[in-house]
Amino acid sequence: MIPMPERVYLDHSATTPVARPVLDAMMPYFDARFGNASSLHEFGREARRAVDESRQSLASALGASPDEVVFTSGATEADNLAILGTALRRTQGGHLITSQIEHDAVLRSMEALRPMGFEVTIVGVDEFGRVNPEEVRAALRPDTFLVSIMAGNNEVGTLEPIGEIGRLCRERGVLFHTDAVQALGKVDLPMDSVDLLSASAHKMHGPKGVGLLYVRRGIRLAPLAHGGGHERGVRSGTENVSGIVGFAAALDLALRERAEVTSRMRRLRDRLIREVLKIPATRLNGHQVDSLPHVTNFSFAGIEGESLVMKLDEQGIATSTGSACSSPNLEPSHVLVALCVPLSMAHGSLRVSTGRGTSDAEIDRLLEALPRAVAELREMSPFKVGE
Amino acid sequence: MYNEKVVEHFRQPHNMGKMSEPSAVGRVGNMLCGDVMWFYIRVEPDAGGREIISDVSWETFGCTAAIATSSMMSDLAKGKTLDEAIAITNRDVADKLGGLPAVKMHCSALAADALNEAIHDYLTKQARPIPQALAVRHERIQKEMASLEERYKAFLSKDPKAQQGEAPACS
Ligand SMILES: Cc1ncc(COP(=O)(O)O)c(C=O)c1O
Ligand code: FES
Repeated sequence: MIPMPERVYLDHSATTPVARPVLDAMMPYFDARFGNASSLHEFGREARRAVDESRQSLASALGASPDEVVFTSGATEADNLAILGTALRRTQGGHLITSQIEHDAVLRSMEALRPMGFEVTIVGVDEFGRVNPEEVRAALRPDTFLVSIMAGNNEVGTLEPIGEIGRLCRERGVLFHTDAVQALGKVDLPMDSVDLLSASAHKMHGPKGVGLLYVRRGIRLAPLAHGGGHERGVRSGTENVSGIVGFAAALDLALRERAEVTSRMRRLRDRLIREVLKIPATRLNGHQVDSLPHVTNFSFAGIEGESLVMKLDEQGIATSTGSACSSPNLEPSHVLVALCVPLSMAHGSLRVSTGRGTSDAEIDRLLEALPRAVAELREMSPFKVGE
Repeated sequence: MYNEKVVEHFRQPHNMGKMSEPSAVGRVGNMLCGDVMWFYIRVEPDAGGREIISDVSWETFGCTAAIATSSMMSDLAKGKTLDEAIAITNRDVADKLGGLPAVKMHCSALAADALNEAIHDYLTKQARPIPQALAVRHERIQKEMASLEERYKAFLSKDPKAQQGEAPACS
């Protein structure tokens, strides 16, 4: 029997393995130090100290104060809390602005507000997926209270001009939220211009199920989870102590390794782009330079992304697609549509996302398997490339 | 998400590829949904003089389920009389594959439709009467394709820049 080669994981935008030092930091909080951080006794105080220290560490990494950090169950909840939490404090509706390429957690939170009398403007993006700050400025209205634009896109990697957008919101007295799930720990964030920021531990080699919302001091939010008044009353629920400790350890590790890891990621990304674009009828989705270092998205004419992911999986290589057409409306990824990717290409997208441990040898494996996988699927397709 | 049988057919699809000089071709699907399936059939009399589908092949642009159902459908149709082939349903194909995820059932419908259209094409070319069941399905398939075509055009003409205030195409 031929031994199965090592599996290669190139789907770090979906989730990442917990790094060893992160796991080590978390372990004691499952058993030895299992206390409820709200308890009076030493078990509780021990847990409280861990939460406080983690909050301090995450806050200082963000250039914030500890009282500006609200722990949540992840970025989905943080996005919901930012949007619904600001909206639900208002006595009458109002206007929000976001972009076409946001994560569903942002888009659907905004959609949920429409029936309650809120109005939403969704600005478009250019062919690379960039929001034009002037378009945001033009969309501002006297009743606009929140603008939400992500820092870096999870599907195509494009970085957004959030510093500029945040500044123009500030000038107009409008709150600015950014979903920084993919960007935090990898690129500089203009925190001065940001009022609310969502992050998630499991995208940076931390555990799943823990995230945070940075809330600039002075901003009041309506809670979505009512209960025991945890997190200054904004988000009730017993603290996920081990998760919070893991989150702090993960961001700490990411920042310590940042220079080394992100320069390797950029080098791998450049190589990937150079080599993959040699496959005929292929395009890069997103921006070649203005991009997160770890996310790269391609389209291959004539084939479907899901099939390509399956073909690569056969070779032990894990990737993903923005074009799984399992959605009942049958339309391709909203991000690729927003970028005006030609429809013949929008179904054949492949996202490759690297992590702190991704090596040249792993990219070699992909580069070896990919041209063959694409050729095999094109062989099956009625749309013959180049005919 | 997919069972082993489905994955097996996806990995080693049967009867894949274009057929030279087929008796007829059935083309279904649309670029909007990213599923396009072409079925080629060769119709010949067998040793006993019965008219059978002696050969089937296909070309598919689609997901894992679309490719696996193309493969399974081609196996099921090969060697069948036209009436037997018409009677094959998408359920039959999905069952033979040991089941498909609910969201992927429409891919198996596509395979049944493609075979239906190929047989319709054959009978039309031969100027032969079309059985009622086949004609009804043909009409439904053509209607669905026309409406997809409409949506496809509407979709293409929708300038994303002009979608301000509207939900993006995805939601
Ligand atoms: C940009 C972005 N926002 C939000 C989320 C949701 O994060 P979580 O899984 O922590 O809820 C993700 C990940 O799926 C993401 O990539
Ligand atoms: S081909 Fe799109 S869901 Fe099957």
